[in-house]
Amino acid sequence: MFPLGIWPYIIGGLIIGLGVSFVYILTGIHSTQSSLFSTTMSYFSKIPYFQRKTYLDSREWRLYFAAGVILGAVIYTLTVSPDGWWTTSVQPWRLVIGGVLVGFGTRLSSGCTSGHGISGIASLSTTSLLAVITFILFGIISAQIVAFLGVLP
Amino acid sequence: MNKRNIVLFIGGITFGFGLAWGGMSKPEVVLSFLQLKDYGLVLLMGAATVTTFFAINVVPRVLKEPLLGGEFKPRTRTLNRNTIIGAIIFGLGWGLSGQCPGSALASLGIGNLPVLIGIAAMFVGSYAMGRFFG
Repeated sequence: MFPLGIWPYIIGGLIIGLGVSFVYILTGIHSTQSSLFSTTMSYFSKIPYFQRKTYLDSREWRLYFAAGVILGAVIYTLTVSPDGWWTTSVQPWRLVIGGVLVGFGTRLSSGCTSGHGISGIASLSTTSLLAVITFILFGIISAQIVAFLGVLP
Repeated sequence: MNKRNIVLFIGGITFGFGLAWGGMSKPEVVLSFLQLKDYGLVLLMGAATVTTFFAINVVPRVLKEPLLGGEFKPRTRTLNRNTIIGAIIFGLGWGLSGQCPGSALASLGIGNLPVLIGIAAMFVGSYAMGRFFG
């Protein structure tokens, strides 16, 4: 069930939770991920959907948060990582098509693995619980079909 | 840089460090979960959620408001058709590519440069959603 062991997962999850908790206790902000795409678009697009107040109010801190996420992974790689720098072997066409679906779907659903998954469930939101069950179920279906067709990894 | 942005930056560093440590920054690890070969991501999401649960539900009993001001308010969303349709579309893309918004950013940090096209694609998908369905 756990070919890579359980500890990297548990330690990683605890650290993620500490980051989210740190931000919440100091600011009351739920530091979630996918809204970044919509709030950043407010710098470039004048259409009302992107110019809504909640996006304009949060677009700056979301960029700081995203820069932090990237830097945190850099620091991990330069310090405790057993692998060093690393590149995926997932084909570019899957990153592109999957990326479009992820961007579209998370925004339509108002949350992703962190928004619905961590902050939503920790807030005891039944909406988020249903969203998480749905995207995990369809994620499994999608990954199984891709693997069944012989596309690896 | 105001205090709030510094807090978000530090929180982001912590978040990204944890995503990298837990392996979720690698699409391969996410795919091995969705292919039901390695259930470790359940542990990662569980540990992150339990920790956050205390911050959202227990800390506000002791602290009246966030230390830098603002208010404590759980994250709630109203359930509608879009919540579920969006989650279905997200799931399909997640299972195809092994990337989600946060993990893609962390993936960039571990040196996975090809994920840049995945992140660009996420911006395209988000724009299309806001432009045509927002």
